[in-house]
Amino acid sequence: MKETKIKTRNLSLYYGSKMALNSISMDIPEKQVTALIGPSGCGKSTFLRTLNRMNDLIPSVRITGEVLVDGFNIYDKNVDAVNLRKKVGMVFQKSNPFAKSIFENVAYGPKINGIHDKKKLKEIVEGSLQRAAIWEEVKDRLHDSALGLSGGQQQRLCIARTLAVDPEIILMDEPASALDPISTSKIEELIFKLKVNYTIIIVTHNMQQAARVSDNTGFFYLGELIEFGKTKKIFTVPEKKQTEDYITGRFG
Amino acid sequence: MMGATGLSVVLIIAVIVIMLVVIVIGGKDTISWKFLTTFPKDGMTKGGIFPALYGTALMVIIMSVAAVPFGAITALYLTEYARESSWMAKTVQFAVRTLSMVPSIIFGLFGLGFFIKFVGGGMDKVFFGGQLIWAQPNILWASLTMALLTLPVVIVSVEESIRAVPRDLRDASLALGATKWQTIRKVVLPGARSGILTGTILAISRGAGEVAPILFTGAAYYLATLPHSLSDQFMSLGYHIYIMSTQSVNVDQTLPIQFATTLVLLLLTFTLNFVAVLIRSKLRRSH
Repeated sequence: MKETKIKTRNLSLYYGSKMALNSISMDIPEKQVTALIGPSGCGKSTFLRTLNRMNDLIPSVRITGEVLVDGFNIYDKNVDAVNLRKKVGMVFQKSNPFAKSIFENVAYGPKINGIHDKKKLKEIVEGSLQRAAIWEEVKDRLHDSALGLSGGQQQRLCIARTLAVDPEIILMDEPASALDPISTSKIEELIFKLKVNYTIIIVTHNMQQAARVSDNTGFFYLGELIEFGKTKKIFTVPEKKQTEDYITGRFG
Repeated sequence: MMGATGLSVVLIIAVIVIMLVVIVIGGKDTISWKFLTTFPKDGMTKGGIFPALYGTALMVIIMSVAAVPFGAITALYLTEYARESSWMAKTVQFAVRTLSMVPSIIFGLFGLGFFIKFVGGGMDKVFFGGQLIWAQPNILWASLTMALLTLPVVIVSVEESIRAVPRDLRDASLALGATKWQTIRKVVLPGARSGILTGTILAISRGAGEVAPILFTGAAYYLATLPHSLSDQFMSLGYHIYIMSTQSVNVDQTLPIQFATTLVLLLLTFTLNFVAVLIRSKLRRSH
């Protein structure tokens, strides 16, 4: 068993007075892929966004409980959300490259962290693009606009951009839901490679995808974590009836 | 009903066409390179409009230098920092809307009372031993007064373009560990560039044509020299049209000059508005 990277304890989240997450306690292991599944509105994306405090940006949100990353509560008063997000990167559902060149997209994070040495930046950009398995496709047009890339390439570029900040954890919010099957399988291969070095948590609607890429799976329903365990077990012998109903397609 | 709407449409088009035709016919023979680049002469019955053109240009430049940063910062506050429901944001929104409804002559009076009497008077008293330097109409006070008038145009335009920058891009930047300010500087403002430009152009176009605000704050009837200091008065196109058609020694004789000056002013504002529309439609398409 790998070590625990993220531990949540009785984590609840409210939008105003409406409860969106109900006392989630979960131990997410290091350098593995953990998939979060469940029907729309079940709280899986909301949960994902609590892990890098992206929910802080929504004024009406209130959070109770704890999220421990490497043993430190990220909701502690002394924790700076900006620094946290350098450690906990995020890839979004819709690829969202900046209207800048491919190079500048990847260099954005390092530059913000004060790296301006041209040689160093070049190294980081090249390394990140390689790790995101898109280097070969873009190496001859690094200074073209990122918006000229295909949807799948844009998403891999966004992954490269996240890697450039050198995070330890990568959150992925349905990263392949808007992509064609070929681009999707490229992203999945990439996730498989990345887990050697990174702890990955992926929200997905696609159960085959969860089964293919993840080591652990958590099933969310109506703001609660119904079941969490090894993917193999969840997909073959789930303990809860609701989990079984969902993965066999009886609802959701 | 069809008849009434048809008539209205015809009427509106007719008004524009007649206005343009009359101005073009009246002014086309007088407009020339020389007309644009020489001073008036013979008691302003002959010659060109160079100082009015120059004064208007200088005024809108100073005005933009004041209005654009100030307006952009206000728009940034409203879109990025204030909560929409907060007391402060509502007050600022209300102030901006009200400002855009205030008649321009009131801005003129405000400029006279505030900039000339209060600020200028204070400066003269404190820095120049009561000597009369700043407590009189000049291009600086006129430009600042005009900046107040055009501020809502800038604010609304920049606000609109900032709101058009997709949420996704801000999220992407923040998720990479950028601070809010870094995100604004590197993602939001570059994305809103064309809106800022449109706002500036629309403000210039509005400011170039207004007369009332500069009436008491800096516009001069006639000056033999161009303004070379912020404390100098200036001539302006709009005001030039006004005095040529009401206070000229011979209104009939100067008719061609009036038409030509009007044509220049119209061309100027039309061109500016056209450019603004172009940029704005390009902006809309890119989102």
